Amino acid sequence: MTVPVMADLFAEGKEPDVLFWVGSAGSFDDRAKKITRAFVKILNKAKVNFAVLGIEESSSGDAAKRAGNEFLFQMQAITNIEVLNAYNVKKIVTACPHSYNTLKNEYPELGGKYEVLHHTQFIEELINSKQLDVSSANINNSTITFHDPCYLGRANSEYNSPRAIIKAMAGAKLMEMKRAKNNSLCCGAGGAQMFKEPEKGAMDINDLRTQDALETNPDIIATGCPFCNTMLTDGIKNKKKEESVQVKDVAELLAESLSL
Amino acid sequence: MQFIPNIIFILLLGIGIYYFASNVKKLVRNIKLGKDVDRTDQKSERWSNMIRIALGQSKMVRRPVSGFLHIIVYVGFIIINIEVLEIILDGILGTHRLFLPVLGASFYGFLIGTFELLALLVFVAVVVFWIRRNAMNIQRFLSKELKGWSKNDGNNILYFEMVLMALFLIMNATDVHLQQAGVGNVISQFIYPLFSGFSLESLHVIERISWWIHVVGILIFLNYLYYSKHLHILLAFPNTFYANLKPKGQFSNNKNVTKEVQLMMDPNADPYAAPAEDEGEPEKFGASDVTDLNWVQLMNAYTCTECGRCSSVCPANLTGKELSPRAIMMKTRDRLEEVGKNIDANKGTFKDDGKQLLGEGYITQEEIWACTSCNACVEECPVNIDPLSIIMDMRQYLVMEESAAPQELNAMMQNVENNGAPWQYSQMDRLNWINEE
Repeated sequence: MTVPVMADLFAEGKEPDVLFWVGSAGSFDDRAKKITRAFVKILNKAKVNFAVLGIEESSSGDAAKRAGNEFLFQMQAITNIEVLNAYNVKKIVTACPHSYNTLKNEYPELGGKYEVLHHTQFIEELINSKQLDVSSANINNSTITFHDPCYLGRANSEYNSPRAIIKAMAGAKLMEMKRAKNNSLCCGAGGAQMFKEPEKGAMDINDLRTQDALETNPDIIATGCPFCNTMLTDGIKNKKKEESVQVKDVAELLAESLSL
Repeated sequence: MQFIPNIIFILLLGIGIYYFASNVKKLVRNIKLGKDVDRTDQKSERWSNMIRIALGQSKMVRRPVSGFLHIIVYVGFIIINIEVLEIILDGILGTHRLFLPVLGASFYGFLIGTFELLALLVFVAVVVFWIRRNAMNIQRFLSKELKGWSKNDGNNILYFEMVLMALFLIMNATDVHLQQAGVGNVISQFIYPLFSGFSLESLHVIERISWWIHVVGILIFLNYLYYSKHLHILLAFPNTFYANLKPKGQFSNNKNVTKEVQLMMDPNADPYAAPAEDEGEPEKFGASDVTDLNWVQLMNAYTCTECGRCSSVCPANLTGKELSPRAIMMKTRDRLEEVGKNIDANKGTFKDDGKQLLGEGYITQEEIWACTSCNACVEECPVNIDPLSIIMDMRQYLVMEESAAPQELNAMMQNVENNGAPWQYSQMDRLNWINEE
């Protein structure tokens, strides 16, 4: 797998067209690492001139900010911005809606002004510009329902790109949940909930959202966020459906459908 | 003696308007207890939001049934108020149906006919609202924050509207001249026969009584607003105008924190340097009371009409957690009222009462930590109220002033501080995924 690292390119006097911000989940979480690799396969297939920061990347600070630690968030942001600006980064793509949101919306005021795209937006551009040929993409007659991540959907009004990618794969039957797009129900991980036990209540949010998804009788629950992926995967396990229903990132589905 | 009704009317009108004005003054004073926030940019988008969302009710129809009924009541309310203009002028001048000769029978009849039709529609819609609130199992009207005064308040408004609409129709039905002339009595002609046994004189008395109760009722309703959730009929307009226009995921960056972080990271800064000038009290981070919130958040609280659409889509609330975005807004308003009364009682200055919005009797930490920041409540609110921003300001206070985050979050934040990830992995391992297939 070819993964150019920013520092190496810089040493050779090269600049990539786009920086792939992997994110902490994408770097360390076993499930999310698969998404990272799938996306890199797509980038390589489309011959995208990209790089990652590698060991120079650090937490975006999103979780710290949503947990109320503005100080830690801004420390992280300003440190990251120094690195990004030193490499003259202009365009960033990330497979994590939380990094996407904070880099796109909250970094500019702190001195980090970049064009920031979610990986589904980036892939859609690759498809539309014919840089990525998806004519052979086939997903073998699968019913797919897409769960909108809050920080991609409601937070940034992007509902179409992930659906456009799903529809680009032959054999994909997209079924919407009763709560979809701007009415989507959270998976339960946002706002730093990912890192704590839920407050006490009648049930867990990921179980409720998994019910929504299962009502569409899907073969695959697709999403575009490593946290949503974890929450829904747990939800499927709780419902004992892991044999019949898969939870996959849109990038993983596309990579598989292209046999990458 | 013949001018006594006019004088009584003018007196009542004066008292009604005076009290309303003093309530508005109090309302504005309380909202201004909030911190400054600049919402004067992008004027044209703000106007367009107000016209679409408040005037055009665009977000109401996300729920088709209640949305449609609400539009009937809303349109009825606005249009029937044109008739109130004639009522007020009649009252002051001692005339009867002043506009009839001015506008001519056919146009006047058209107007009155429209009003009557709307009055009937409003009456029916309000009855359906009452049934929805009291006789149907609609979850958002059964929540615990809607018990007691809030439930009564909701019903009071419906009773007010039923009575006002009924009086308007009875007033027309017992107006013998109007009935005999057949001017615009599209609905009241069917009520008129109910009074067939009455003498001319008693019909006139009923007509007058209806007229007076109707107009006094309107004045009472006007002054009930300040004490009620019903303020939204006025505040929906400024509230949608001043609402946040940035992407919903963008939470504001605390400027005071930026100053400190930049100072900390400046290699040339002298850590022992005395402050350049006397900076006074250090700024408090986040919000623990209403005066720490900004004025738009406080206006949000007064605008909230407790419909509960926010809570009905809140993932935390749907799964039985303590958090209800509607309750966040209601408690904010209750506390703001309490602070306002405190200021009134202490000659214009707030006297510490040992209470605050985040704490005993108001918002609990459990509610604050149940939020997933998913923005469903913000998206859903028909008048663009933002409960999430209050929750986030309170988290900031809890973490930065009280170090009171849940233990697991402290661990997460410690990891971010130590190794640049929410989990305990070394930053040097950030590229390991490349070789793991």
